[in-house]
Amino acid sequence: MAKEELIETEGKIVEALPNAMFKVELENGHIVLAHVSGKMRMNFIRILPGDKVKLELSPYDLSRGRITFRVR
Amino acid sequence: MIPLKSQKDLEVLKQSGAILAHVMRQVEQNIRAGITTLDIDRLCHELILKNNAQPAFKGYKGFPATACVSVNEEVVHGIPSPRVILEGDIVSIDLGVNYKGYFSDMAVTVPVGSVGPAKRKLVEVTKKSLELGIKQARLGNSLSDISHSIQSFVEAEGFQVVRQFVGHGIGKELHEEPEIPNFYKPGASPALKNGMVLAIEPMINMGTWECLLLDNGWTAVTKDRAPSAHFEHTVAITNNGPVILTQ
Repeated sequence: MAKEELIETEGKIVEALPNAMFKVELENGHIVLAHVSGKMRMNFIRILPGDKVKLELSPYDLSRGRITFRVR
Repeated sequence: MIPLKSQKDLEVLKQSGAILAHVMRQVEQNIRAGITTLDIDRLCHELILKNNAQPAFKGYKGFPATACVSVNEEVVHGIPSPRVILEGDIVSIDLGVNYKGYFSDMAVTVPVGSVGPAKRKLVEVTKKSLELGIKQARLGNSLSDISHSIQSFVEAEGFQVVRQFVGHGIGKELHEEPEIPNFYKPGASPALKNGMVLAIEPMINMGTWECLLLDNGWTAVTKDRAPSAHFEHTVAITNNGPVILTQ
């Protein structure tokens, strides 16, 4: 069974929430709830409000995302 | 993180793949004009259970059937229905099994009776592109080498590669990391390593690569309703080169 390709986009951290969740504002103005991908957690990369990040959205639920990269 | 499989994992995956390939061969022989896509689904279900495995798609994210049966303009995730297969159709069957917690995934596209030359070429090119992709699934290459070999061959033959759906890692789950696009994607591409298991699956359209999703929430059809073909194998990357598990 084929897998739907994830939608990749960029956004800015608005607020840090408990449990490594973040509110992220996308380039189109939408606010999504995003968690941090396992790889980034392992490498202890700190994410702060104002940081630009790359995230993946699932076509199933566009209100949630997964942060994969902190853009410098 | 792309999960790596141990030698022991690979042995069970090989059994899982062998069961799936055995089932698929029997299903292929039974495809003919006049049966419905639901008949194919029932046969798949029966054969998988008879071989002591479980269907992997049934219930996956709510998918209602054992097989994805996609006819002509249907790209992937066709839901079995009373649609009757006609002479000249191309029918893609995508099947997954779970054997002792190990998943394998495979697809073939079968021409029914005498099929027009353009459709026949589409099926042959798609099958060949999978073979070329698998050849690149070896140490020293990165994932994008697989994508590149598939895309460049397919486009040289005048067909297009679907963008909305991709192949995937597989093993203890049906869908694992990484995503395996059949097209060029900018950015870093992971290096292939011993113990990776990949479901490589070119989905190739005769016309535009763009797809639409039907109202059932699953079935993708080509935007221009031109035919589409699909082949897939589950492949292990080993120190001795690629090993096709679904054969």
